[in-house]
Amino acid sequence: MANFGYSLTKSSRIDLNNRNIEKWNRLVELEPDVLKCMACGSCTASCTAGKFTKTSLRSAILYLQNGQEKEALEYIQSCLLCGKCFMVCPRAINTRHLLLSISKIYSNR
Amino acid sequence: MIYEGKQKIWSDYQKDIPDDHYFYVRSCIRQSFFPASEQTFLDITRNRLHKDFFESEHHTTCGGIAYHSDAIPQETAMTIIARQFALMHKYGYENYVCSCITSFGLYTETLETWREFPELEARIKEKLWESCKLEFAKPKYLAHASDIIYKFRNQIAQQAKFKLINKKTGEPLRVVEHIGCHYAKMFPSKGFGGAEYPYVLAGMIEAWGGEVIDYPERRHCCGFGFRQYLVQSNRGYSLSNTHKKFESMEPYKPDMIITNCPGCPYFLDRWQYVISEMEGKTYGKDGHGIPVFTYEEVAGLVLGYDPWDLGLQVHQVSVEPLLDKMGIPYDPSKKYKGINGKDLGRPELPTCACL
Amino acid sequence: MNNNVIIIGGGPCGLEASAQLHQMGYNVILVEREPQLGGHLAKWDRLFPEGIKAKEVLDQLIANINGVKYFLNTEVKSINQLDKEYNVILSNGITILATAVLMASGFDLFPAEKKEEYGYGIYDKVITNADLENYFNTGKDRRITAAPKRIGFVHCVGSRDEKAGNRYCSKVCCATAVKQACEAKEAFPDAEVFCFYMDLRMFGRGYEDLYLRAQKEYGVRFIRGRVSEVAEDINSQLIVKAEDTLSGKPIKVTLDLLVLMAGMTNCQAGVKVANMLSLKKDDDGFFTCKDSILHLQQSDKKGIFYAGACTGPKTLPDTLHEARAAAIAIHNYFKERK
Repeated sequence: MANFGYSLTKSSRIDLNNRNIEKWNRLVELEPDVLKCMACGSCTASCTAGKFTKTSLRSAILYLQNGQEKEALEYIQSCLLCGKCFMVCPRAINTRHLLLSISKIYSNR
Repeated sequence: MIYEGKQKIWSDYQKDIPDDHYFYVRSCIRQSFFPASEQTFLDITRNRLHKDFFESEHHTTCGGIAYHSDAIPQETAMTIIARQFALMHKYGYENYVCSCITSFGLYTETLETWREFPELEARIKEKLWESCKLEFAKPKYLAHASDIIYKFRNQIAQQAKFKLINKKTGEPLRVVEHIGCHYAKMFPSKGFGGAEYPYVLAGMIEAWGGEVIDYPERRHCCGFGFRQYLVQSNRGYSLSNTHKKFESMEPYKPDMIITNCPGCPYFLDRWQYVISEMEGKTYGKDGHGIPVFTYEEVAGLVLGYDPWDLGLQVHQVSVEPLLDKMGIPYDPSKKYKGINGKDLGRPELPTCACL
Repeated sequence: MNNNVIIIGGGPCGLEASAQLHQMGYNVILVEREPQLGGHLAKWDRLFPEGIKAKEVLDQLIANINGVKYFLNTEVKSINQLDKEYNVILSNGITILATAVLMASGFDLFPAEKKEEYGYGIYDKVITNADLENYFNTGKDRRITAAPKRIGFVHCVGSRDEKAGNRYCSKVCCATAVKQACEAKEAFPDAEVFCFYMDLRMFGRGYEDLYLRAQKEYGVRFIRGRVSEVAEDINSQLIVKAEDTLSGKPIKVTLDLLVLMAGMTNCQAGVKVANMLSLKKDDDGFFTCKDSILHLQQSDKKGIFYAGACTGPKTLPDTLHEARAAAIAIHNYFKERK
């Protein structure tokens, strides 16, 4: 193929049509409270790990909803399970439990 | 798609332009991209429609490309434009029609800015006198050349030798229309049909027998976009935008594309070749591309002009499949012959072309 | 001084004000330009937040006006200020001298086709909030054929949009969208439902619970971002583009039905009447109250009163409160003049 010194750029657009929602549905079955997240960001703001690593439960939930599993897992892999987010969540989501369930369903390890 | 809904919008966005006596100005780049389009426009308006379209050799670039690339400030662009308007006035015209969409957008923007800020208009008036000693004037009517062809689309249809119909099947050709962004996106009321569902080209297609395709990325940029291609490091974006459009129109199997901008047909045409070289993908049948035309070229084909006189041999994507569909005769041996039989050369890597 | 009050508009606001003033002993004449009473309420199916049937509410409001004279299919032809009263000529030929006039002219839904990029009236599967209510009411809409698999709701259509001419929030659309999203999920249990919002303005009692229910019980997906444009693909499905502003990425989804939450604008028929009296309007097109805190029901003209959505977007309870407040304001006006 010819090289002209430039190439097609991959689109950064999220395509909700092609996301796999099978795992998400399993997560919802196990953790119905994940649906209650209203993206306030309290969890991320109070996260012990979040100041030093890319950790944000809010972002992880959002990326899972958008079908971007790899990106979602990057947001929780440094979680220490300290539970501070559980304390601050205004909708009383059992965040620690949710984090473990996400790992169970999505993690390859 | 609810056709009546579009008709309603089309009837809302109609503009009043006169049908005769225009000062015509060419584009600075179209003559090298599509060498016969402007000449064809003048020939159609003067000799087929018998109208008065005057042009002057003193007209220059409108400054649009330099303006949009941040190479000249707005006041400079406005002074250049004031000079063009002054020429119109000097030759006794008050209706101004331009060949280029970027010019049309810039002229519209300038007139609207002067209307909004009269003190700026006064300053440009002074600058014009200082620099050119010309009397300031503004056109009574501003039109784009595609507006004129749109206005006379039915007269052209009456004189038509060929239609946008597949001669073998009798089916209307499936036509993608692409409108230059600066036609109506900045000032929707200045374009026939407005900005979201423009009618200027769709009206021609309908009048000449074709079927308009409305595909999801119809409104998307052609890939020109000035900065996208002017800088090589950005050129991938330009290509990607064009690619996105072709991917979106592909399922509709278009027979041809009609445009009314200098940049759009150029990029929609040339990038098809680049995509085919890079990705090995073509969007027409049997390894061909989708032929891309200016509206003047299509009007010329409909009226029976010789395809090679219309300059169709300089297109990257070969036009022969379309000529065959329309039943237009052409002499393959004359394709690369210029005036007096001069050899024009041949494309080296014709993935999208048939020789 | 006569005992006459003319009320312009026979929607919930005009009905409630009529009932109250009638009970107080005033001679109320209610004028409605449409062939039936009830205004928008007559065309609505259920009301947020609990989903009470609109018809039940309207039937009660109409029952309460028992004894009030009303004219249907009737418009105000002319209205003139005399020394102490207003001379009103109706399109049915009747002339009334009224001491007080209450503008209860309500709102028009923003004409969704003005947001051309959303393709209302052009794409087959784009409808409005009012169309969906009508569908829930009648079970009929030619645009809703097979059960839609993916449904989208666009908040703020013609609201918070300077280019659409309306900078203001229409107040009721968020709650309506969330209510309709739940109802859509009930009607089409297999459908995925998306709400495209900029801010969720769930301010009223029970509204936040409605939002929580929409998320938890109905699995409605809320995407924070305004829909930028809609197109139709080769299968006549809708391609909707927005930004998911929480992840900062453009987003695209193909839908089978898109519901536009058309906002409120001042009722043009009401404006026509107001213009005969040279009543003032704010920049937003709604009528100007005497002041914005203490005298919401008074206009700048003696004897002319306002209630309901003609002075800005309001919920139904808000409107009914204003109708009652206007009845008291009118009563006080009569007392002061005696």
